[in-house]
Amino acid sequence: MRPWWIDSILCAALSSIAPSGGAAPGGDGYCAWEVQDFAIDQPLCGLRGDPARGRALAADSHGGNCLACHQMPIDEEAFHGTVGPPLHGIGARYSEGQIRLRIVDEQQINPMTIMPGFYSDPAKANRMAGEYWGKTFLTAQQVEDLVTYLVSLK
Amino acid sequence: MRCQLLAVALVLPMATWSAQPVSGYEFLDETTRAMQDDDFDNPGLVAVDRGSELFHERREAEPNACASCHGKDGVELSGPDIARYPVYDANLGGLVTLQRRINYCWEINLDRFPLTPGHSDLIALETFVRNRAKGEPVNVQTDGEMSPLIVRGEALYNTRFGQLNLACQHCHVQHQGQMLRGQKLSQGHSNGFPEYRLGKGRITSFQQRLAECFVSFRAEPFEPGAEEADLIELYVNVRGNGLPIETPAVRF
Ligand code: HEC
Ligand code: HEC
Repeated sequence: MRPWWIDSILCAALSSIAPSGGAAPGGDGYCAWEVQDFAIDQPLCGLRGDPARGRALAADSHGGNCLACHQMPIDEEAFHGTVGPPLHGIGARYSEGQIRLRIVDEQQINPMTIMPGFYSDPAKANRMAGEYWGKTFLTAQQVEDLVTYLVSLK
Repeated sequence: MRCQLLAVALVLPMATWSAQPVSGYEFLDETTRAMQDDDFDNPGLVAVDRGSELFHERREAEPNACASCHGKDGVELSGPDIARYPVYDANLGGLVTLQRRINYCWEINLDRFPLTPGHSDLIALETFVRNRAKGEPVNVQTDGEMSPLIVRGEALYNTRFGQLNLACQHCHVQHQGQMLRGQKLSQGHSNGFPEYRLGKGRITSFQQRLAECFVSFRAEPFEPGAEEADLIELYVNVRGNGLPIETPAVRF
């Protein structure tokens, strides 16, 4: 049995040789996306995001629940997680496409990460609970809402 | 010379710190700790009392109660033996969790229908029995027949599951001590089980807690009593070898 981190390193090595995209499974409205230079430059399904909806989704514990892990400039919420880095000023550090990839599938960048792939290919999930079969955690529209919100955090 | 000593003094505590497991108790706030420590306030003691009732009860036409073999209040039960669970027992088909061992006695010696793994009576009995070993360090066998089973349990512990694609180790190894929104992530040990859950308002077995973690990352849980759940229970106990049994612990 290899320890888990060896697989992660192998995986990282492989993915840096051939940066993979989200293979688009047919149907069900899952839109294909393509990674280039560790970014997804094209909006998912060509949709346009709304930053106010994105902000609400980031705080909502039944939505994106980004606050579970990240501190964000959302002061009216009492509890912010410390599992991931704070996202203040993230729009100044990353391009829109880099932010999109991090929300869609952070494992493409860091195979060991705890951060869930919010629009990763559901067909690749292991033992997904039945009610979520074939579904991504967030819809393409929700991802785009979050992207526009994070881009605005300068 | 002095330098060397200093280096050793610095390295040793770090090495021991990372190797020693830390109980979930250490991650609690003062109020919850005080509640667990208090022999009247600890709400888990209701389950100990219920377990005690079942332990002493002899129904009509039954030859035995648990107490017939294990003594009044379980005085014949050995703390160090209870702290060995889960054990390997070829006669009972391999890996035996404490619940399975209790259920086995229940069927064979009391001649009753087996209780299902989630049954509240079985959890109450387990709570009573494990409470007999309170303070005893967890001491699960790691060699012999156990070692391949532990390897399998560890592999499951490190496998990503569910829509959120998370493994146990992500929260309880990589990110222990950090805040998941309002909750501090502990090392996820088993020394307090069955434990009283303030958020649920009930006593909870290890495998029920495991299922809750699965549901939280939108994975299909392993049924309590399933082979995989037993293997994870084994591995988590081994990770916590040396921690004092706290049953019934109080957690959120
Ligand atoms: C379960 C924990 C968790 C959740 C939930 C989570 N993240 Fe993350 N996130 C992380 C961690 C940990 C990192 C650090 C990088 C890594 O692990 O690869 C990270 C990194 C990031 C980064 C890059 C930050 C940097 O400075 O490099 C962005 C952007 C981000 N997350 C956005 C989000 C958004 C938006 C959401 C909600 C839709 C979210 N995250 C939900 C754990 C999480
Ligand atoms: C997304 C994060 C996350 C993942 C992944 C996760 N857990 Fe947990 N777990 C928690 C939280 C939050 C708690 C409650 C606070 C604490 O004790 O850490 C908890 C508590 C526990 C406890 C109780 C600890 C105690 O002292 O009472 C155990 C045991 C446990 N988890 C085991 C597991 C196992 C086994 C897995 C893998 C199947 C797992 N967890 C995966 C978040 C997680």
